Parts: sequence; C-alpha cells; structure tokens
Amino acid sequence: MRVSVTTRALIPLAAAAMVTALTGCGSQISDPASANSTASGGSSCVDTSGSSVKVGFINSLSGTMAISENTVFDSLSLAAEEINAAGGVMGKQLQVISEDGASEPTKFAERAGKLIQQDCTAAVFGGWTSSSRKAMLPVFEANDALLFYPVQYEGLEASKNIFYTGATTNQQIIPALDYLAEQGTKSIFLVGSDYVFPRTANKIIQAYAAAHGMEVLGEEYAPLGSTEFSTIVNKVRDSKADAVFNTLNGDSNVAFFRQYKSVGLTAASMPVVSVSIAEEEVPGVGLENVEGQLTAWDYYQTLDTPANKKFVAAFKAKFGAERVTSDPMEAAYTSLYLWKAMVEKAGSFEVDKVQAAAGGVSFEAPEGTVTVDGENNHITKTPRIGKINSEGLIETVWSSPAAVEPDPFLASYDWAKDLGK
Amino acid sequence: MSTFLQSRWGVLTGFAVGAVLLLVLAPTGLSVFNLALLGKFICFAIVAVGIGLAWGRGGMLTLGQGVFFGLGAYIMAMHLKLADAFLFGGSGVPDFMSLYGSGEVPGWWEPFRSPVVTLIAVVLVPGLVALVLGLAVFKRRVKGAYFAILSQALAAAFAVFLIGQQATTGGSNGLSGFRSFFGFDLKDPSNKLMLYSIAAVVLLLAVGTSRQLMNSRFGELLIAVRDQEERVRFLGYDPATIKTVAYVIAAVMAGIAGALFVPIVGIISPADVGVIPSIAFLIGVAIGGRATLLGPVLGALSVAIAQASLSSTFPSFWVYFQGLLFVLVIGFMPGGLASLPGLVSRLRRHRAEQHPTEQRKTEPAPPRPILAPESAPPATATEVPEEASR
Repeated sequence: MRVSVTTRALIPLAAAAMVTALTGCGSQISDPASANSTASGGSSCVDTSGSSVKVGFINSLSGTMAISENTVFDSLSLAAEEINAAGGVMGKQLQVISEDGASEPTKFAERAGKLIQQDCTAAVFGGWTSSSRKAMLPVFEANDALLFYPVQYEGLEASKNIFYTGATTNQQIIPALDYLAEQGTKSIFLVGSDYVFPRTANKIIQAYAAAHGMEVLGEEYAPLGSTEFSTIVNKVRDSKADAVFNTLNGDSNVAFFRQYKSVGLTAASMPVVSVSIAEEEVPGVGLENVEGQLTAWDYYQTLDTPANKKFVAAFKAKFGAERVTSDPMEAAYTSLYLWKAMVEKAGSFEVDKVQAAAGGVSFEAPEGTVTVDGENNHITKTPRIGKINSEGLIETVWSSPAAVEPDPFLASYDWAKDLGK
Repeated sequence: MSTFLQSRWGVLTGFAVGAVLLLVLAPTGLSVFNLALLGKFICFAIVAVGIGLAWGRGGMLTLGQGVFFGLGAYIMAMHLKLADAFLFGGSGVPDFMSLYGSGEVPGWWEPFRSPVVTLIAVVLVPGLVALVLGLAVFKRRVKGAYFAILSQALAAAFAVFLIGQQATTGGSNGLSGFRSFFGFDLKDPSNKLMLYSIAAVVLLLAVGTSRQLMNSRFGELLIAVRDQEERVRFLGYDPATIKTVAYVIAAVMAGIAGALFVPIVGIISPADVGVIPSIAFLIGVAIGGRATLLGPVLGALSVAIAQASLSSTFPSFWVYFQGLLFVLVIGFMPGGLASLPGLVSRLRRHRAEQHPTEQRKTEPAPPRPILAPESAPPATATEVPEEASR
C-alpha cells in the first residue's frame, strides 16, 4: 500500500519534469533544401584584443598512444616557444592551452569542444589516430574552428576546417609502391593492423598492383595490439613474395619483426616497407630486428637541409641529446609555422579569413619547402624511402625528384577511379 | 534525519530537490559546453543506477554493462546517421559507408530508418539480450567471479566485433558527425538544452524506479538472493528469475543511457563500449556506495566530474588516482562513501558512551534499510570468492 501511494505521487512529479524538459525545444530541420544553408553554430569567442592569443594543443598524454603523441606535443611546444621568442604572431604571444585526448576518440571530441567553446582558442593542433581525427572533425565543422592535423593518414578527406600537414596516400604509399616497382618487385605481401588506415591503404595497394602488373600474394590483418604473428609470418615466408608492405601499428611491430627474423627472413631476402615505423619507434621495435629494413615517409632526422639542422639542434637542446625527431613531429612543428604564415597573410585571426588566405602559403620546413593547397587544405611534400641504419636512424635511399602535390581522393590516378566511390 | 529520508515525504522532497538542481539550477548556472558535459555524466549516472540494482542489491558483478550501453548507443547512432543522410545527403547513404564500404546501406540497418522502431529497439534490444543471457547464465547457476568474467568477455568481444565491421559500423572510428536529432538541429543551443533536460528527467525516473523496486517485495527478495541464494531457493522462489529481472532492468537503463549519450556527446566508438569503459562504470558505483539508492548516482557523477577537471591538469596521474581510490574503497570502505556518515556517527556514539556493550543495545536496527548506509554489504572479499568456490 505504502509503495503504491508513493508511486502515485511520483508520476505527476515526473510528468511535470518532462514538460519542463520539452519546453526547451529549438529550431527544427523541416526542409532539407534549407538545411544546408543553416548558419554555422556559435559565433567565435576568440579574444585578440590583448597582447596574447590562445592556441590549443590536443594530444594523447595518457593511454596507449601517449608514447607517440607526447613527441608531437614536444615539437609543438618547441615551435610555440620559437615563435614567441621571435615576437609571436602579428605581435601577439601564443598562450598554449594543452588538453589530453587520452587515446580515446570520444575524449578527443569532448576536449576539442572545450578548446573551442570554453577556452576560445584561435586554432587547435594535434590528433594522431584516424579515429581521433574523425571524432574531432564534426566538432570543428559545427563550431567553424581550425584544426591542424600532423600525421600521415589514409586520405579520402578534405574538410575546410582541417589542415592536413602529414602525408596523404599519394605522398607516402604510392611513392613507396613506385619505388618497389622501380626495384623490380613483382610480388608483394600485405600485413596490417585491423583498422581504417591499413584497410584503406591496402585497398589502394591492390588497385595499384592490378594496374601495374604486380602480384599481391596475401593480405593479412592482426587486431590492434596483437602480438601473435607466427601464422602470418609463416604465410609470408611460404608466399616467397619479393617484398612485404607493412601497415602494422604500435606494439605489433615488435612481435612481427622478431618472428620475421626468427623464421630466417631478412632485409636482404625479403625487404619490408613500413609506413608506421619512424626514428621514435625503432628502439621500441628493437634495432637488431629492423636494421636494414625500409620505411616510407617525407622526413627523416638525417635530412641535410639548413632548416632541419636548426630544427634537430633546437629540439635536442630543449629535450635532450638522446631524443630523435620523426616525420609526425616535423609535420606538427611545420603546422604551427604554417598557421602563423596564414594569419599574417590574412592579417587576421578570424577563421574564414585564415581559410581564404591559406592557399599558396609556404614555409621553409625541415623537410624542404611546403606549400598549402587551397583546394584541399593539404600541403605539398617530398616522398622519401629510407633505410634504417646501424644507429637506429633512417637514411634516405630514394627521394621523389620534386615535391608532390596532395591528391587525397587520388583523382589524378586512372587506376584509382573505382576507389572511394 | 535518516528516518525522514526513508519516509514517503522524505523521498518526495529528495526527488523534488534533485529535479530543481538538475532542471533549473544547472541549466541557468552552466555554460553550453559544461551543460553538455554534465549531460554526458548524467548518462553514466543512469548506467550506474542500473548497476546499483544489479550489483549492489543483487550481488551480480556486471563487468559488461558497456555491451548494453553500446547497443542502445549504436541503435540511436544508426538512426541519426540514416536520418542525416536523408536530410542532408539526399542519397540516404551515410557518408562513411560510401568511403569505406560498398556504398549501399546493409539490410540490418534499414529498420532503424524509422524513429519509432529506433525508440522501441533502444529499450527492447538490450533488454532482450540481457533476458536471454540472464536466463542462460542464472538458470545454470553461474555466479560470482564466473559471471563477472563472462560479462567482461562479452564486452571485449562486442568491441572487437565492432572494430572488425569497418564498412557497416565505422570500425574503430565509430559513428559520429550527427547533425540532427529527430528533426531538431543539433547545433542549436536550445536543442542542446532540451537533450540535457531529457537526460536529467530520465535519470530522475531511473532513480525513482530503482527506489520503488528496492522498496518492494522484489527488492527484499533480491537482497535475499544476494546474501543467501540457496535459502531463497529452499523457500520456493527461483533465484534465477529474480536475478534475471534485475539484470534486464540494469541493461535497459544502460541502453537508454547509451541512446542519450549519442546525441549529447556526438560520437560513439568501440572505445566507449569495451572492457575499460565497462569497468569505469563500476568504479563510480563502488566509490559512491553500491547498495544504496543515491550512492551509485552521486559516485558516478563525482568520479566523472573529478576526471574531467583533474585529467587535463595531471593527465597520467588520474588513472593511478582512480585506481588507488578504488582499492581503498574496496579494501577499507566496502559500503562506499555513502557509508562514511554511518561510520562517523557510530564512532562518535562509541566515544561518547565509552561502553561498547551498551552501544550495541542502543544501535537502531532499521527494518527497511533503504537509504541507510548500514545496509551496505559487509565486503566483496567475503562475497565473491565464497560464491565462486561453489
């Protein structure tokens, strides 16, 4: 009896609460045609009246990606320090607000929202995994803010709110295949982690191979973080392929290369081209396991350019002589300078003005001169194939004759017509 | 004080205070961003209410609530994706499918085009999965650590399955980029307020439901099953049915929370439904006090708030802090923080009287310990291994 009385009293209360909830209804999308023209969300709250301007860094400082993303955070910090020492951006000192993405896409989306709405930053730099970028993209588009993403990725994307300073597929994967073809490679074996980047990369490789008379002898995936590779490695050995194309990520590389070596495969007998192993990862994977193997990137610490010598020296001076620099770190460092150049060209921190000014902006980066493509917000890059040397650094063994224009949707390649449709 | 809280009027007053706090004070005092954040925490709190019922009252250590949360969330996300594709794309095919998949909507997505089917499925699918699972598990008298391991394995398998389906579930990217919610523009701040308010009302309803259940004959039976399952069976009740009902209710609450999470947060990915988030759901409940009515809610809310404010200042420190707090609570305060006032007052009485024998006489023994912190179970240590060894 007592229970039912309380129940009866609770129902009207709940109903009242529900009514309160529904009074807050806002605009409704009724007409699909007008929906696209809906004005972008909340107006910018960026404060540029003082002597400083806020920028946001968003990296995984905890979780599985922390080991990689901390290095990007370090090189972003170096760039901010250098820019401030040289007088800031349009006379304003950069005030960095750093957020932790915690290796979770949802956290990235939430923290990006905070950097834009709460902290009112003029631009945000960071992200690593494709899932973190995909999670942040709608946040930046809805708030009409800017993200600078510094890591090579799987392409098939061009948001006006994101500047991609890492390589897209035609600046990393296709040049690597061109190199293999040049070396007389007739057959390859594909090994990758099971997520969007390897799957998309391998789709492109399959199409390339079909068009160039190269034979793909196998395509194997391991779950992210997997360390059991004996089956895959045996398949690779039995296939007698000319080369292996490796899109494994993180810890899996350690197990893969160890078992690769243990079944008697070497860089001389069957070279492995990796797209996710940079200077930073070599000690983790074990130099003895990967020495002599190939990598495909656009930047190596050993590059002999004046800008790179300055960058490497400044980085080692700030973070220690034992530290190394890698492609994503260089792309992050470059991204902050590119934003500075865009703002200065636009004469404003406002997002639409920066976007309008972005096309054609260039910077003397450690990897060479890079120029922003105003059409797709990517930058020109020079693809380079490297070989891991006995010191754990990577030496360039082949380099594209000229910087390659970004083509995220591979529109200029006939054989890629059926991809990403 | 505690007798007032247990009385009918006490409950109604508490309910009204909660409603005013959540529906009036929070929306006026918080920025749009912080309100959305609170909305997300409220979703976790709704899951926590269910866990409080299943684990705190029913003794089922559910380490896999992420599965039900994920089912509700993915169903809602699929509907929002399809609705957006229809509203904005024209083709009716979600963007990621044309990028990574065949460019065609798979058959099992089709039912979720309908808003009505979606709303029903959000409740029904997690409920049915929990029903089948509960009957299969509890009828076979699987309990304790075995049940915990099973539920955790399920969460792991669910996340792995989602990651593998790049073309149909978005893989590790998950589903994101929602622009409308049943026709309402998600960019509009007043719609964000509406979503928050719905979540807050659902939380109040969940707490109300949980309170009524705890106070009913079913609630008494649930506790009896937790404490002495065999005796309940000898008395002629079927413990499996009782446990399954509590498990299904917890699953439905998690499913609804997941469905609310999607439009509020704007993304759902396998990282939100796997083992780690499933355990994270539990931590707030344990810290707050799992056997009480409000302990799980307040615990989940305060852990989430603490995490949001501390983790950006001390990124890697937070994980250790959370772990330490969990160990301390399980080890030294199995009743959670809700048992703190009880412990303090007992200590005070103890000191004042100086006579431990008399103190035992004056200690009140509430017949229906609902809000009373003393009703917390003695310790997990005595609970889980004992059951597991059977």
